[in-house]
Amino acid sequence: MSTATSADRHGPPPPVAADAIVVEGLRKRYSGARDEAVKGIDFRVRQGEIFGLLGPNGAGKTTTIGVITTRVRPTGGRVLVDGLDVTTEQVAVKLRLAVVPQRPNLDRSLSALENLTFHAAYFGFSRRARRARALELLEQVGLQGREDDRVDQYSGGMAQRLIIARALIHRPQILILDEPTTGLDPQSRLFLWDTMRDLRERGTTLILTTHDMVEADGLCDRIAIVDHGEVIALDTPRGLRGVLPAEEGVEVVVTAATSAGRRADAGSGAGEDGPGPVEAPARRAEGASDDADPAAPIRALAGVERADVVADAEGRTTIRAYGAVDVAELVAALRGAGLELVELRQLEGSLEDVFVHLTGREMR
Amino acid sequence: MSTTTHDTHAARSAGGGTPEPAAPGTSRRAFLAILGRDLWVTIRREPGGFLAQALLQPIFFLFVFGRVLPEIGQAQGSYGDLLLPGVMALTAITVALQNVALPLVIEFSFTKEIEDRLLAPLPAWAVGVEKIVHAAMRGVFSAFVLLPVAAVVLPGGLSLGGANWPALVAVVVGGAVAGGCLGLVLGTAVPANRINVVFAVVLTPLLFTGATFYPWSSLDELRWFQVLTLVNPLTYVSEGARAAIGTGEHMATWAIPAGILGSVALFGTIGLLGFRRRAID
Repeated sequence: MSTATSADRHGPPPPVAADAIVVEGLRKRYSGARDEAVKGIDFRVRQGEIFGLLGPNGAGKTTTIGVITTRVRPTGGRVLVDGLDVTTEQVAVKLRLAVVPQRPNLDRSLSALENLTFHAAYFGFSRRARRARALELLEQVGLQGREDDRVDQYSGGMAQRLIIARALIHRPQILILDEPTTGLDPQSRLFLWDTMRDLRERGTTLILTTHDMVEADGLCDRIAIVDHGEVIALDTPRGLRGVLPAEEGVEVVVTAATSAGRRADAGSGAGEDGPGPVEAPARRAEGASDDADPAAPIRALAGVERADVVADAEGRTTIRAYGAVDVAELVAALRGAGLELVELRQLEGSLEDVFVHLTGREMR
Repeated sequence: MSTTTHDTHAARSAGGGTPEPAAPGTSRRAFLAILGRDLWVTIRREPGGFLAQALLQPIFFLFVFGRVLPEIGQAQGSYGDLLLPGVMALTAITVALQNVALPLVIEFSFTKEIEDRLLAPLPAWAVGVEKIVHAAMRGVFSAFVLLPVAAVVLPGGLSLGGANWPALVAVVVGGAVAGGCLGLVLGTAVPANRINVVFAVVLTPLLFTGATFYPWSSLDELRWFQVLTLVNPLTYVSEGARAAIGTGEHMATWAIPAGILGSVALFGTIGLLGFRRRAID
């Protein structure tokens, strides 16, 4: 631990402000542009949280990140990083930040190890401290043995891991990740997610921009949705899902039990017992109801306000039932109707639903 | 880890506190580290490429104009003495210019490598200054390497007995810095897809209007051209090198530092403004 402490001397000072980042009334109009890219954004990022910045392309996310990282000069409002104004205290602000950019920007004239050691040198680390820390980080990101390779020989995933190591080498207070998982394979993405959670545990503040709603939902403590240069929603992922109207209910995926023989695996996966005997009632139930409407038996249940078929593909039908649904009754009713339950989930609305609900379906 | 720093940290986070400004020397260390990175790449990664790019053209100038032409009777034998200071000046300026402009265009447009340096703890303009300093070092080195080359290539060898060394160093350093500033102007003003065209359009006139191959005063007969060449910073550097080495006539001594410093001020200002425009939106 004593070596780590002595290395700390080179890194940024520990955070002192209650909020890692404060954005107040931020405005930006690029020279020559008619419209403002950012039209008065406000949010605060607390120390040690993962904060998501979501929005369609051109919504103002990158401009906001640019102002925080001192690369974009605001035309209005102010931004504080650990209490320091980004326009007047650029050096102190940059000392506290690290960025994982959208596009790889590694130094292609240098080896992987040199990419890390020179970056650490920019931040004032001594020769010995930067080499030790670089080797330690290369091992953490699984690049040991490849440290002397030129980075233009690296695959996309390896380059990304090296960029993460580079971002961490100067022990930043705040790590900004701009669409970091775009184009990564699943292994690299999982590694990145683990790394982000681990950093949060150790007190680092993270800001993440992403289009991946599952990623944002799983990682972020709070999320700001930005559109047309404004924050249109800011809450926890759960709080944001509450924005959706009529969100109480369940969604089930069913198959007709007639095909149970072929789909035995799907039936057993859902925990159903004895799919065979219900084949006959299935026909009867279908005949009794609107012939092709598998939602009918659900609609008949007490507490169900509405039930709709929302998707029907490859023999699987997805039905959403809104209202106070008793799951046990629902399962029984489905079985009674000769339908085999494949999947059942509580309807909360996915973050994607919330996103589309708030920003619309229009392409940007 | 229970050091006083961390205790203070905990106490401060509770009640808020005053953030520390960057420690003194932070920017200076970052500047030197970035310069160290560039020198490392020059020396360890591309010494051959750098030397070929920097020296091939001046060596051919010295060989063809300074040796071949006199030997076949198309020029005077002493022409090399006149030529050497001009070629040193030309080398200092063009090497510095190209070593700022080309990498900058590539780093801003394609590789984005410069982003890592723009996020280092130093003001953005200082990254532009570092580009000039590094390129000027390359220019100065290339110019002085020509001295031993000239000793071998030129028919009369080197005659530096009357040279004012401090003046020669000052002129070459000034010229290389001016070239670096001009490179910063081009590298930040020209879009990547036009840089090759602009290079041809800028370098050729720079090469032939800079009093490299003749003393400026000999243009008295061609007054309009003589006046025109005053726009070219290379004119002052060539004349300055000629004055410092002590070969032949040169323009008024006061005009030399004025011209060089004026070029540095003018192109340095435009270049750094351009750099800021590219680095910070």
